[in-house]
Amino acid sequence: MKIQSLDPRINRIELPEENNNTRIPPMDQWQTYEVFHQQARGDQHKHVGIVHAPNPEMALLFAKEQYARRSQCVNLWVVRTADVYATSYDDADIFEPAFDKSYRESWGYKDTRQLIEKFKKEKEMASPATPTSSSISEENHSSEETSKKKVVGKSGIIIGKK
Amino acid sequence: MYGNLTIIEIDNFGKKIEEEDPIKLAEFEARIARGEKIEPQDWMPFEYRKQLIRMIEQHAHSEIIGALPEGTWITRAPGFKRKLALMAKVQDEVGHAQLLYAAAETLGKSREEMIQDLLNGKSKYSNVFNYPAVTWADTAIIAWLIDAGAIINQVTNSKGSYGPYCRALERICAEESFHLRYGYDTCVHLATGTPSQRKMLQDALNRWWTPIMHFHGPPDKISVHGEKLMKWKVKLASNDEMRQQFLDMYVPKIWELGLEIPDPNLHKNPETGKWEYTEPDWNEFMRVINGDGPCNKERLAVRRYAEEKGRWVRMALLRKEEKYVVPLA
Ligand SMILES: [Fe+2]
Ligand SMILES: [Fe+2]
Repeated sequence: MKIQSLDPRINRIELPEENNNTRIPPMDQWQTYEVFHQQARGDQHKHVGIVHAPNPEMALLFAKEQYARRSQCVNLWVVRTADVYATSYDDADIFEPAFDKSYRESWGYKDTRQLIEKFKKEKEMASPATPTSSSISEENHSSEETSKKKVVGKSGIIIGKK
Repeated sequence: MYGNLTIIEIDNFGKKIEEEDPIKLAEFEARIARGEKIEPQDWMPFEYRKQLIRMIEQHAHSEIIGALPEGTWITRAPGFKRKLALMAKVQDEVGHAQLLYAAAETLGKSREEMIQDLLNGKSKYSNVFNYPAVTWADTAIIAWLIDAGAIINQVTNSKGSYGPYCRALERICAEESFHLRYGYDTCVHLATGTPSQRKMLQDALNRWWTPIMHFHGPPDKISVHGEKLMKWKVKLASNDEMRQQFLDMYVPKIWELGLEIPDPNLHKNPETGKWEYTEPDWNEFMRVINGDGPCNKERLAVRRYAEEKGRWVRMALLRKEEKYVVPLA
């Protein structure tokens, strides 16, 4: 029995109704390449998925069809999956900070201003000259400013500074 | 496109959940409960891997077989614009299959094995594609309403727990919105056209209503419930929930075009807010899924033909030193 279809092209190739003899050999679908695309000049390349391909040239061709036929793209990279070295999710703790790494961060240096204020105060105490009217107002001004200032803590919560 | 994971087979193949390492299992479940994704290299219970492979593979086959009923109309599309659009849509569907095969591959089943299982009938694809696209209007109904059903399913699944599947679905959903607009436009064009165009569309809707109602799978009361699969975020909504969502979104749009839905009982219950309808013939659904539909043989024969006729090209390009490595993500 041949397949009877509404599509005349399928009728013309006379496909058998029963056929269970297809055996797909290993490597029939080749190996895979990891695909990276760049959406615009100046952007980082970003991993978007894989293609199966027999060589890098065809991997680029398939990558263009699969990942750039509609979305914006100016450049593609392909890398054989076999050539990628990756960390293991089991070892994710290697990314955990082992101790306080605030010295690496900009927020690790938020006390600088306090240090200056403390230094100025101590200097004033050491030489208790009669304050002039102008220096009083200056002092008031600076302490008012400090009390208003908010500092963003490590947790991102805004802490009112006393 | 895609019909829901319609049959969750309960079998004894592989490691049972009781045999899994309880500590690892608890960590795995806690990760999912926190809303984190599972990545291919993570520990996962055998049952999770097995069900995901089955579901993603079935989804991939549905995309590639789903391209056939529409693809057959490319040469006969009415006009150049429709031909270009249909070619683009069919190419998208084949692309979806490739993205999904890639996601399933990360779980350890090769693309060769998946294609093999499709061709020998071991793994299924969405039942609706075992029905023919008799006229141009059938392709319009498929592109609008079958894709609409698929989108509901795919958006739901994209919130699942398996990283590679979610990422593939995100890409796919972005393209499906074009399919939906294209399908809607094609239907509206016929619905607002000549009397014979309207009749062609109505006839197609009559033919497709049962497959559309079948699309999201058997009703909850007769389908196997997968509580564990819900907990693992493999399945995220029940078949009936997705069907209700579909009816809610599309029945008013169908009625707006003055088309008649071939179910006199179809209405929304104002008290429950739920749609009530005549159950489609679920025996027919089972019969067709098991191979006895109008196009099952044709779909597999055409797929097999493509596979066999293209092999010499693939083999000619294959270099001896090539080795397969499971894709990373
Ligand atoms: Fe689609
Ligand atoms: Fe699709």
